[in-house]
Amino acid sequence: MYPKQEVVAMLLAGGQGSRLGVLTQKLAKPAVPYGGKYRIIDFPLSNCVNSGIDAVGVLTQYQPLVLNEYIGTGQPWDLDSNSSGVSVLSPYQQVKGADWYSGTANAIYQNINYIDRYNPDYVVILSGDHIYKMDYSKMIADHKKNNADCTIAVIDVPLAEASRFGIMNTNPDGSIYEFEEKPAHPKSTNASMGIYVFSYDKLRKYLIEDEETEGSSHDFGKDILPKMLEDGLRMFAYQFQGYWKDVGTIDSLWESNMDLLDPNVPLDLTDESWKIYSRNPVVPPQYISEEAQVQNSLIADGCSISGSVDFSVLFSNVVVKPGAVVQDSIIMPGAVIEEGAVVQYAIVSENTVIGKNAVIGARPETIVDKDQWGIAVIGDNLKIGQGAKIAPKAMVSKDVEGVEE
Amino acid sequence: MRGNNIMGIIFANLHENLISELTEVRIMGAVPFGGKYRLIDFPLSNMVNSGINKVGVITKSNYQSIMDHVGNGKAWDLSRKQGGLFILPPFTDKSEYSNRMTTLNSILPFLQNSTQEYVVISDCDTVCNIDFQDVCRKHLENDADITLVYKRDQVPEKLHDPTVLSFDAKGRVIDVLINGDFSGSCSYYMNMLFIKRELLMELVKKCISRNTLNFKRDIIQGEYKELNIYGYEFKGFSPQITSVADYFNANMALMKPEVRADLFNANRPIYTKVRDDMPTKYGLGSKVTNSLIANGCTIEGEVENCVLFKGVHIGKGTKVSNCVIMQDTKIGADSSLNYVIVDKDVVIKNERTLMGFLSYPVCISKGSVV
Repeated sequence: MYPKQEVVAMLLAGGQGSRLGVLTQKLAKPAVPYGGKYRIIDFPLSNCVNSGIDAVGVLTQYQPLVLNEYIGTGQPWDLDSNSSGVSVLSPYQQVKGADWYSGTANAIYQNINYIDRYNPDYVVILSGDHIYKMDYSKMIADHKKNNADCTIAVIDVPLAEASRFGIMNTNPDGSIYEFEEKPAHPKSTNASMGIYVFSYDKLRKYLIEDEETEGSSHDFGKDILPKMLEDGLRMFAYQFQGYWKDVGTIDSLWESNMDLLDPNVPLDLTDESWKIYSRNPVVPPQYISEEAQVQNSLIADGCSISGSVDFSVLFSNVVVKPGAVVQDSIIMPGAVIEEGAVVQYAIVSENTVIGKNAVIGARPETIVDKDQWGIAVIGDNLKIGQGAKIAPKAMVSKDVEGVEE
Repeated sequence: MRGNNIMGIIFANLHENLISELTEVRIMGAVPFGGKYRLIDFPLSNMVNSGINKVGVITKSNYQSIMDHVGNGKAWDLSRKQGGLFILPPFTDKSEYSNRMTTLNSILPFLQNSTQEYVVISDCDTVCNIDFQDVCRKHLENDADITLVYKRDQVPEKLHDPTVLSFDAKGRVIDVLINGDFSGSCSYYMNMLFIKRELLMELVKKCISRNTLNFKRDIIQGEYKELNIYGYEFKGFSPQITSVADYFNANMALMKPEVRADLFNANRPIYTKVRDDMPTKYGLGSKVTNSLIANGCTIEGEVENCVLFKGVHIGKGTKVSNCVIMQDTKIGADSSLNYVIVDKDVVIKNERTLMGFLSYPVCISKGSVV
């Protein structure tokens, strides 16, 4: 018997994140490193625990090893309580057979047993690909106040970008009358953040019905929400204000890391009242040497810096050797930048070694054809040979031979 | 490998008087060191990395900060069902913790109830990364009763009861001098020893019944003729903190790559309590050279030859040189600090100037406002 939990959160973490290319070759998108010491999933997990949600199911499917290991018992997020905490929910074999999670709604459907045992009043559906700090308890309070069946968090986006999102068109009281998925001519700028609060009795009923509906893609955005709206359920938008960024593409992941360096961006990770927790590697403090030059950067413990680092985010145990230059880049844990190498506008993944005098990426002002420019991405555990040149926008998944100098 | 036949005892409460500036509000084991550690992290991690599963930490008084730091031992993997971490404060009316011998006598029940064959005893005054497995190996090879860890170097001037050992060709202790006139390089005892648990209990009981209560004089010096006492020379980085200047120099030594490689050996990491700080932010116009810096700092000014602990702020236009600045201290704009040890939670406002000297770094105590 599990004590009742008023709220259970279900975190959809099974996505491949194929747009992140080599970064998600061996790990699921929520496990992608962010901000010098975090992984993306630290944000929803920390938000849950800071919002007072103690039961969190994490639905994994694609490349779960790193993610499972990272979540572990949930202890870093205080999610290792006696009878709740975090549970990793992967697809499993049932009497009637085994199925992968075929859609977001199906993933929750397959875990109705997990939710049922807590007998919750509300279920929060979250995804593992956004960087934001949000108090879900305020959204749940709003949901209760409106006596809603479903509440969808929305954020105001620029009109020009609205056609990239699911747009919620609302009445003055906040109730939703129309839901448009990526509209060509958006009527409003209320973009869905992919965060839903459901009254569990309603959600449970719709999940079961949807499962039996032929032709359904078993997706919240495409099937469950439109059906609820059609049936006249009470659906409300919850306006979120603050920093929120989808980090599903190389460019947005890079930008969101760089946002941490901009004092004008409202994402403060030093805030004691809303900490973002993570698993902390056991490493000594960072060392900045005599010849190092470090400016406007975020650097984690365990790094050893002797070169020049500007406008960059360096994860733990990164080594930047003398004469190396790192600018406008993200360097993930354990990567080594050898003497004289130049890394600009690039993401270098875990434990990769950039050889002496290699040149990775380029500054946009040096490229005539802007279509040829973009962030260069180097996969994990690779060796880029001495003097090798990696073009901007390149996506490198294999070792690159050195060049005779 | 975990779960060997050794247990650990750490004296977290000795030597405070040598660095009274830093121990006003804490015991020796809780003295911050090296940007993110406390002195107890070193013996504690060394024991855990040597496969020791059960560690007793002796504290006499003022142990709030050490309790807060070690918690249930989770950070050292010592929150366990078998063994684990045991904090051993005195029973107010029954125990006597007046010196090492009476303290050991007071914890006899703890020793009695343990099953491990051997005990490693260590103080918290030495910063080092030592493999006690190797000490154990030598102990067994020598068929020793007691193995004393020692170092060959100049005896630190202020070391309390310095104990210098002489050995025969096989390494057996043949003479023990305490508090002599020691000059030049000597083999001095590092306050770490390896002994059979049963023998330790027996020796302590014997000394207590004879009222000979000086551990060094009555066990090490008193028994070396009867017992097989051997030495184990430790050659790695191992400063003993016997003065504020020692403390300062040991922190500054961390700027040397070979010292960091030795002390922060990746195969035997030093564990410490985790705090979820974000990485350190180096602002536009900041200038940092030759410094060891922990996560959670915000640096907008100039920093050279410094150790900065977690959560330190250095304001714009401020220059800090040759300083050790502890957790969450905030230094405002346009200030200047040279050879200063600033304790935790200090606020140094704008346009302040504080100067010490290499041989006499100035100490600013915890929570002060300058």
